[in-house]
Amino acid sequence: MSDIRFTDQHEWVRVDDDVATIGISDYAQEQLGDVVFVELPETGKTLSAGDEAAVVESVKAASEVYAPVSGEVVEVNGALEDEPAGVNEDAMGNGWFVKLKLSDASELDKLMDEAAYKEFCDGLD
Amino acid sequence: MSEAIADTGAEAPLKKTPLHELHVELGAKMVPFAGYDMPVQYKDGVLNEHLHTRQAAGLFDVSHMGQAFLTGPDHETVSRAIEKLVPGDVLELDPGATRYTLLLNAKGGIRDDLMITRMEGAENDGKLFLVVNAACKDADFAHIAANMPAGVTLSVLADRALIALQGPKAAEAFATIAPETATQSFMTVRETNVDGAACLVSRSGYTGEDGFEISVPADRAEALTRKLLSDERVKPIGLGARDSLRLEAGLCLYGHDLDEETTPIEGALTWTISRRRRAEDEFPGADVVLGQIANGVARKRVGILPEGKAPAREGTDITDADGNKIGVITSGGYGPSVGGPIAMGYVETAFAKDGTPLQLVVRGKARPARVTKMPFVEKRFYRG
Repeated sequence: MSDIRFTDQHEWVRVDDDVATIGISDYAQEQLGDVVFVELPETGKTLSAGDEAAVVESVKAASEVYAPVSGEVVEVNGALEDEPAGVNEDAMGNGWFVKLKLSDASELDKLMDEAAYKEFCDGLD
Repeated sequence: MSEAIADTGAEAPLKKTPLHELHVELGAKMVPFAGYDMPVQYKDGVLNEHLHTRQAAGLFDVSHMGQAFLTGPDHETVSRAIEKLVPGDVLELDPGATRYTLLLNAKGGIRDDLMITRMEGAENDGKLFLVVNAACKDADFAHIAANMPAGVTLSVLADRALIALQGPKAAEAFATIAPETATQSFMTVRETNVDGAACLVSRSGYTGEDGFEISVPADRAEALTRKLLSDERVKPIGLGARDSLRLEAGLCLYGHDLDEETTPIEGALTWTISRRRRAEDEFPGADVVLGQIANGVARKRVGILPEGKAPAREGTDITDADGNKIGVITSGGYGPSVGGPIAMGYVETAFAKDGTPLQLVVRGKARPARVTKMPFVEKRFYRG
């Protein structure tokens, strides 16, 4: 079973073997509102934890999506470029942004688990 | 992730409009705007609110805007007095008619944009109704009051709300409560009894759609709003969609598309200055403005259509094909009815012609765009 982790910037990361799938949380998509544009990185690009991985835009504003962990981009969710609303429809699943080949699995330990993240969000409202 | 754009700053405790409690009850997301706690969106979200306004009717609380009467002994005296501060033709307004004009500074820069109406009816001779922007209202009213001759008085209407009802179904919906508004012409104001409240009803708006702005006594605002919202055609719309609607309509947002450093000629608002006002040469900065009409300007406001899907936000650099900076975006985003990104901004005049190719530098990458005529959507005003 894959383990899901969250950042305090509302990204999630789910790891299968050494590949980390990254997206934004349901809380984040709801705060953003209707997503009208998504910009994804090129595959092959190397990201360090905290680097800008993608951009997500609502009618109102542009927001950055940061890489929760370091690694090389091995796949991007090109479907979002044509259907950015997919982020709103299924932020935690089909609305993922990028897949990274993990370079340092220990970075995951610094992130929140699902229960801690839920508590974190409850504290924001 | 991080949200890159914040709304206009909050300092002192935020003011509330007479509809504040209703916004909260309706589930609005409230944000600080021009010193007020205002609804940026309701539960449907910016995109749906925008589209609903273009398809049916949207109701906006714009009570944060400034409303005032300027009163003098007769129309000529009061209009000559305000014409010292604006380049628009107030004197020749028909009774009941409204004009869009600009408060200018001594350099011809724009202090604010505003609506001026000559009130109709014999008892209202010498009475103008002014509506100004929320962020500028204190400065505007102080400036106007300080520059009026004896006998001309500014009275700020602090105890009135302002509700905009906009969209192709706005007139139908409003007529169920105020039937006499159905045939009211665009850009006129009438004193109208609406559901027992003494209102000033303007047929105008800020969306490119037909509709009204209703000035209503503060203590009657919530009841009137609830009554309007009980019509299934009407939904509450926040400031988020108000901004995307006005951008699609090609309308300026003061403090972004217009400011103290920008003249009406640079701002592509030359049409607001009548022949008589040009000939009389008696408004602030007339030397600069008339010189620009005669000799041209170095930069000009234009509509810009990005060719890809990426929105170009306010502050985005505009370059020519070789990468030389030739301007900047002053309003930009996604147009829900256009179905893609739209923008307006200032470019060097050589690049202002319709169809001129440009590049927009978004996140360090030059992206193709071109100059386009505005509005981005067809205007649908009621001409009667």
